[in-house]
Amino acid sequence: MGEAMDMKSLVNQIFKRVDVPILVIVLFLLSLFVLAAFTTVSIPGLISDSLVRIGMNGVLVLAMLPTIRAGIGPNFGLPVGIIGGLLGMLIVMENHIMGPMGFFVAIAISIGFNLIFGWIYAWLLDKVRGQEMMVETYVGYSIVAFMSIMWLVLPFKNPEMVWAIGGVGLRYTLTLQGYFDKVLNNFLRFRIFGDLYFPTGLILFFALMCFIIYLFFRTRAGLSIDLVGQNEMYAISSGVNPRTARRNAVILSTVLAGIGIIVYAQSYGFVQLYQAPLFMTFPAVASILIGGASIRRATITNVVMGTVIFQTLLTVALPVLSQVTRGDITEVMRLIVSNGMILYALTRAPKEAS
Amino acid sequence: MKTVLEMRNISKFYYGNQVLKNISISVGEGEILGLVGENGAGKSTLMNILFGMPVIHSTGGFEGEIIFDGQKVDIDSPSKAMELGIGMVHQEFMLLPGFTVTENIKLNREITKPNLVSKILGTKGKRLETLDIQVMRKDARQALDTIKMHSIDEMEYVASLPVAHKQFVEIAREIDKKTLRLLVLDEPTAVLTESEAENLLNIIRLLSEKGISIIFISHRLHEILEVAHRIVILRDGQVVAEGRKEEFTVYQIAEKMVGRKIENVQLPPRKKEISENNVIMSIKHLKVHMPGEEVKDFSIDIREGEILGIGGLAGQGKLGIANGVFGLYPSEGDVTYMGRPYQLNSTMYALKSGIVYVSEDRRGVGLLLDESVEMNIVATAITAFGMFTKKFLGFTVYDRKAIRQHAESLIKELDIRCKGPTQPVRRLSGGNQQKVCLARAFTLSPKLLFVSEPTRGIDVGAKKLVLDYLVKLNREHGITIVLTSSELAELKSICDRIAIVAEGKLAAVLPPTAPDVEFGLAMAGELKEVKVNG
Amino acid sequence: MEKNVKSRIKLILLSNIVPIVFFVLTLGAVIAAKIPPLFLISEVVRRLSRNTFLVLALIIPVIAGLGLNFAIVLGAMAAQAALFFVVDWNITGVKGVLLAMVIASLMSIFLGRLVGITLNRAKGREMITSMILGFFANGVYQLIFLFLIGSLIPFSKTDILLPQGVGLRNTVDLYGTVAGALNNILVVSIKFINIFIVPLLFVVGLCLFITFLLKTKLGQDFRAVGQDMHIARTAGIDVDKTRIIAIIYSTVLAAIGQVIYLQDIGTINTYNSHEQIGLFSIAALLVGGASVQKASIWNAIIGVILFHTLFVVAPSAGNRLFGQPQIGEFFREFMAYAVIAFALAMHGWRARKAKH
Repeated sequence: MGEAMDMKSLVNQIFKRVDVPILVIVLFLLSLFVLAAFTTVSIPGLISDSLVRIGMNGVLVLAMLPTIRAGIGPNFGLPVGIIGGLLGMLIVMENHIMGPMGFFVAIAISIGFNLIFGWIYAWLLDKVRGQEMMVETYVGYSIVAFMSIMWLVLPFKNPEMVWAIGGVGLRYTLTLQGYFDKVLNNFLRFRIFGDLYFPTGLILFFALMCFIIYLFFRTRAGLSIDLVGQNEMYAISSGVNPRTARRNAVILSTVLAGIGIIVYAQSYGFVQLYQAPLFMTFPAVASILIGGASIRRATITNVVMGTVIFQTLLTVALPVLSQVTRGDITEVMRLIVSNGMILYALTRAPKEAS
Repeated sequence: MKTVLEMRNISKFYYGNQVLKNISISVGEGEILGLVGENGAGKSTLMNILFGMPVIHSTGGFEGEIIFDGQKVDIDSPSKAMELGIGMVHQEFMLLPGFTVTENIKLNREITKPNLVSKILGTKGKRLETLDIQVMRKDARQALDTIKMHSIDEMEYVASLPVAHKQFVEIAREIDKKTLRLLVLDEPTAVLTESEAENLLNIIRLLSEKGISIIFISHRLHEILEVAHRIVILRDGQVVAEGRKEEFTVYQIAEKMVGRKIENVQLPPRKKEISENNVIMSIKHLKVHMPGEEVKDFSIDIREGEILGIGGLAGQGKLGIANGVFGLYPSEGDVTYMGRPYQLNSTMYALKSGIVYVSEDRRGVGLLLDESVEMNIVATAITAFGMFTKKFLGFTVYDRKAIRQHAESLIKELDIRCKGPTQPVRRLSGGNQQKVCLARAFTLSPKLLFVSEPTRGIDVGAKKLVLDYLVKLNREHGITIVLTSSELAELKSICDRIAIVAEGKLAAVLPPTAPDVEFGLAMAGELKEVKVNG
Repeated sequence: MEKNVKSRIKLILLSNIVPIVFFVLTLGAVIAAKIPPLFLISEVVRRLSRNTFLVLALIIPVIAGLGLNFAIVLGAMAAQAALFFVVDWNITGVKGVLLAMVIASLMSIFLGRLVGITLNRAKGREMITSMILGFFANGVYQLIFLFLIGSLIPFSKTDILLPQGVGLRNTVDLYGTVAGALNNILVVSIKFINIFIVPLLFVVGLCLFITFLLKTKLGQDFRAVGQDMHIARTAGIDVDKTRIIAIIYSTVLAAIGQVIYLQDIGTINTYNSHEQIGLFSIAALLVGGASVQKASIWNAIIGVILFHTLFVVAPSAGNRLFGQPQIGEFFREFMAYAVIAFALAMHGWRARKAKH
């Protein structure tokens, strides 16, 4: 609600309502760009890479939106939906569905799985109302550990997927070459100048997903979710069933997570199993918070801005900073920035948080 | 008699609303002062000030002075109050269920013995001294015995005690404080049976004989008359009467509690006269489980087209009725609506039947504080009925234009003062927020409208507007209105009949012209008593 | 009468469901793994002397109402930092261990205070905040030990630095300095089982200390604050300060515990040792029957025995049952996470029921 705003009030808003950590991060980012100008790093190349990373991660960040708006907080249990997405991709690969078709089939299958997973997951969260964030995190960890056993045991046969020795059990990373590797990235990709390429398909898809979610929150079901998140009693007095609304939010989030990992994988070119899903959660949470969301409120603008800032930061940091320090500082930076941001969001007083 | 406590010229504002106006009271040594008044009269606020509760200081403090034992004092925290010798037994128990009776009695006043570690650490080690359970037990036992509670085991865990015993443990805790000079008891008999209450009154007398002053707050007027030495009656934040108990009868206290000058306003006529036989909703034996406002057994017939008032003291159940019927709190009972059986516990059913509720908790239930005026007005209409929607690319989304139009027309009609339909409702004044709530209700085209405490926390001008609007809805649109309020004057000004709720049940149905004393007695649950005594 | 006994048994079973289920599971795994019993007992005894101190460090925050202290990781990091310096200055044996403990404790008082202040700002969300705080601190730790050691912070022993000269190596060897320093002071051997007396004495000492603490005014304050902050505050207890003290105790104890742990292991995995320690210690405590709101010394001891028994036998059991030892390893991890998820879910469920 209230996303259209004119330029003047936008600038005003920025200065009045942007939090200190976000300002610090943005300034850090800008100074990195300035530093880049003094190095041999190609800035158009950096922008190109950033665009790809933004499109790649955007949908995963978008998955945080429904649960925040429903009053449950960011979805720390993203791995649940990611597993659904992984299953979709694995089935496509096992059945040799090559080319762009595979991408859409994977999404369809993942939605199928995630509707079920999301339902069960929502049931669990409802039982632990008030402690969702912690339970989500550890359920996520447990499921990833459990699926790690499953990846070893499930009867996948495609020789490109299983270990060469023994022929049983999936490998850690599976290549998507020949399947739907970079189908979105390359769709209508064009060159602006120099190293700067615009991955049209990828950005379009992200924009499309944002638009769909935007429309969803203008429907009755979406409005119900918002009401439950803002004021549960008001929602009840408007005839909304809070349990149903929260369940819908969780299912939506889970489905988006599945789609998100498929978009990510197609851009990266690899499907990552075992521990990998765990590494996607915290960056997504941090991104939406960096975009200005709080534990209780979030808008699509937060999603886009947060993804842009965070992903650009990570993209630019490595080449630029590696000229100054020895070794890869991006991992450490990622840990500090993303966790620092989440920490800030958690320690704000409730009044500030809205 | 020596004066122990004097509170002089106390005034207090809550968010611009004056709840205490220049109140002065005094209590002598060993004296029992009975403090009486309707809710909103200021009793609890006054006691919160006396006990230094944080809520007072976080909402702007207070004016006036407190004089204890002849010295001016500044009570800015409960610890300070306790140091002075002021003890308070709050309405909600301040007991830790996982601790024993002894541990609760001695909470943060535990008796300790030094040990090796604490001796090594010296002054820093005070907190590491061992608890001397034996001595603590003795003290606790003594405190309990003093109030004749020999049957309470001081080593029992509080969680397993019956409610009445918990009440007595609270009192034991206070009298264990050897420096106790003044004890405040806030509705201590609310959860007790007759005989337990009798017990309590005896203890109060006992304590007063020991020289401890008592401020006793209760709505059970006969208890006040039994045990108090002097009585102070508060109304609308002022002292309206005080004197020795011998100067009052129950009748007189009740009258002073509610009596108010009301201007007789002429109400516009009706198109259709109300009749006893035209009942829109019949409620029989309604029970509502609303914490703090329990309804135990309420029955009434609501006549079509009338404005029915529901009044009563706080905590007696009047607010529970509308909340229960509308489905916000679990309820049971036999309700028929428009001749057909009515399903309780479902707000959707209520809404679809044309029943709308404007809650007493404006900020908590009635509004989305961070949303715009227009969304607040239409959100319920959208989610419950799908109003203000249009089709767009296969989705059914809400129609901003239609919403804007509707909001603007209601803003005009109700004269809602705001910067525009997009302003967040949080910024509006109390009166305008209430108008938004009414606009929200009206948007739902109600046939039966429940409104609770519509003018609470609103300035006089807005009050009149709100009441006028309710009358307009009733006269011009034929909406039956059930108005629940703790302000008797407001009920008398626009209602056709007024039902009084006491102890969760219907105490009386009185015409607005009935004398104030009857209202007062009904609220105190004493109406039948007086009628019996003539 | 019979019904009463039946329902009482049911109550006991339900409230101790986690240790019971775990016991059954572990028993099954022990049988499936076919590991020589002497070896198993020897391993478990060793882990008792090595890991229990850390688990005990978790008890005080639970009692004080702060839930599971995921931020003991900061204490562990302080211990490692202290050990790095001890190794660098080449201080060996018991002196080295004690010095490390002292340095780590001092750092932990400071760190514990920071954690306490942060948690006070996140009342109602303590656990997730302590968890994220742990990750954040891990980031800072890596920043210091990967990029600042050798450059901004001078280190004399260059052989423990990375080839570039900046950053510590992935493993820092304690052999020759403090490895086994505590263990080897007094060893009792029964058959082939070695019992390291001194670390066990530390454990016993901590148990006694905790028991003592709970009988003091401070312990009483912890318990009061843990039950209801509002009531405690109205009674005049400084709730914020009491909570901070609880965390400081926990962090310092975790630091000492990590030193004990590492001197037994003999090597420090610079970037990993501390990460798992929070997870496994918390899981062990919960396996022993503790909950988010209640924890006792017995929970710690039983938990370590059960959890680590499973830990030892899981890979073999996995190998014998499925032909893949890896399954056993993943299963261990799964159990640790699942037991925590379960405890958190129970906590959430109870909290929700209490509200209604």
